Amino acid sequence: MLYREAGQFKTTYAADQQLFPIRQDRIGLIALLAVAFLGVPMFASEYWFSAILIPFLIFSLAALGLNILTGYAGQLSLGTAAFMAVGAYAAYNFQLRVEGIPILVSFICAGLTAAGVGILFGLPSLRIKGFYLAVATLAAQFFIVWCLTKFPWLSNNSSSGVISAHNIEILGYAFNTPRDKYLLVLAIVVLLALAAKNMVRSTTGRAWMAVRDMDVAASVIGIRLMRTKLLAFAVSSFYCGVAGALYAYCYLGSVEPDGFSLDMSFRILFMVIIGGVGSILGSFLGAAFILLLPIFLDILLPFFAGLFGLPFSSATVSHIQIMVFGALIMFFLIVEPHGLARLWQIAKEKLRLWPFPH
Amino acid sequence: MEFFFEVLIGGLLSGVMYALVALGFVLIYKASGVFNFAQGAMVYLAALSVVGIMEWGAPLWLAVILAFAIMTAFGIGTEKFVLRKLVNQPPIALFMATIGLTFFIEGLAPMIFGSDPRALDIGIVDEPIPYILDNWNMVISKFDLIAAGVAAVLVTVLALFFQYTRIGRALRAVADDHQAALSIGIPLQHIWAIVWGVAGFVALVAGMMWGARNGVQFALTFTALKALPVLILGGFTSVPGAIVGGLIIGASEKLAEIYIPPVMQDLFGGNFGGIEGWFPYVLALLFLLVRPEGLFGEKHIDRV
Repeated sequence: MLYREAGQFKTTYAADQQLFPIRQDRIGLIALLAVAFLGVPMFASEYWFSAILIPFLIFSLAALGLNILTGYAGQLSLGTAAFMAVGAYAAYNFQLRVEGIPILVSFICAGLTAAGVGILFGLPSLRIKGFYLAVATLAAQFFIVWCLTKFPWLSNNSSSGVISAHNIEILGYAFNTPRDKYLLVLAIVVLLALAAKNMVRSTTGRAWMAVRDMDVAASVIGIRLMRTKLLAFAVSSFYCGVAGALYAYCYLGSVEPDGFSLDMSFRILFMVIIGGVGSILGSFLGAAFILLLPIFLDILLPFFAGLFGLPFSSATVSHIQIMVFGALIMFFLIVEPHGLARLWQIAKEKLRLWPFPH
Repeated sequence: MEFFFEVLIGGLLSGVMYALVALGFVLIYKASGVFNFAQGAMVYLAALSVVGIMEWGAPLWLAVILAFAIMTAFGIGTEKFVLRKLVNQPPIALFMATIGLTFFIEGLAPMIFGSDPRALDIGIVDEPIPYILDNWNMVISKFDLIAAGVAAVLVTVLALFFQYTRIGRALRAVADDHQAALSIGIPLQHIWAIVWGVAGFVALVAGMMWGARNGVQFALTFTALKALPVLILGGFTSVPGAIVGGLIIGASEKLAEIYIPPVMQDLFGGNFGGIEGWFPYVLALLFLLVRPEGLFGEKHIDRV
């Protein structure tokens, strides 16, 4: 029903190796991008931009970063939010201290700074793995947030480390409205997502997957573990750093170190698990799911409460939200360990042959 | 010098409190290879159920018994509905499932028993021991000393239980090799249910101690975060490791909190309190670089 790829013959290597080898995929992607770039800005309201679409894109980017590290290279990290914080504060400091630096350059520098910090905290991964490494990344989480709070230089001597983002101006055009910021974030996220998709099928990506599946075996077939693991930490932290910079500049406008809490790290980890470990698409699906679920429950729970005449306070609603989060994580791990991305894949397989499966 | 010893002893005693939480981790990890991130949340659930049941009018002893029943039921339920379905999954998947479990408990417990912080009175006062105060001029809390005693008793009982009882032997066999234990007729699922029950008991003891000291509140779940570096230092599989690790972490973090900030203040200016939030982690991290399996952990050999 959906589409079949029969009859698309490849006659050159270039055609065979392209990022989206199936014509319908290409058309679908272009249509999706057209909707995102042209359709959405025409119809979405200010609330949609600033409360749903922008955070969705930013968290997708962070989830993508974590997915590269955890899903592809197999190194579990609980310090994602801290790397985002590094990105946010680095972007702020580059803007503040370097005269006349273009904002996009300072975003890239923020990503690179985060990558450097990521490599530093990735060093233990050469010696330890699994739970030990997960706990080691917690060190990054606590240490970085503490540093940002306590060293006044990093936040330009503001009280309790709060920074306010500068205005965004690219080539003389000021990005002031939520719609402008949405388009900026969208462009960056699309670019980085395509880069990631390309990266994970390259030599680097395959080396990551080999290390994930068994690092001793990978080193036996000649993959340099140190390089591969540290590269995974660097690339992942770069993505998280850019996401953090966007979080400060395009979403909240002013952030404090404590906002990048362990809770946020867990939230991003949940996006990766529910969306699909080791899947680019999954990062987006997971981010959408985790961000929409609370909004959904906020609407749904009082409705059910009214239906059964139960007195639900707002505290109860937030408790139920946390419970549902936890239960969903366990549910997904048990029923579909590869997450929403895998469900999408199964649906596609089924629809290919529907309604004549034989 | 007296001040140094006072800080040191205070640190050691608070380290014992960390060790109490770390013990629960070790038990489950030893017997089932699951790294149970939810141990901190279980501590919270246990303390909250004691306080909650007492609020409904039950005396302390009854509340403790009922809380123990709740913890056991909860442990068995977790084993039955979550972990059993995840057999043969990679350990990381199990770990992430326990993170999910943490959130589940953090929502469930305050929904049943209420989320406002409350005091838990178990009849021990938190005051300096007069004898030591008079003779050595040091402030050592009576409560901390009793908590240390409780931890010592708990560790001894657990050690004896593991070493000399039939179930203890079965537990050690399962920890050693699941398959071999199954093949000689040890009922794996009973054993896991027992381990989760015991971990629930340890969580109850830890929850009552922490709850009596700091009040029963959501912050109790963070005890797990304090216990993690203890585990790394001591090794995931060793009961004595949990104790020794706890002592090292407790003492060093209190000493660091006292002596490092002034030095940093001289260097950079500003206020550098709150080092104890990350110091144990960095200490554990540095330690890992030297000895990846912890002080008492078993050396892990990778085979292709």
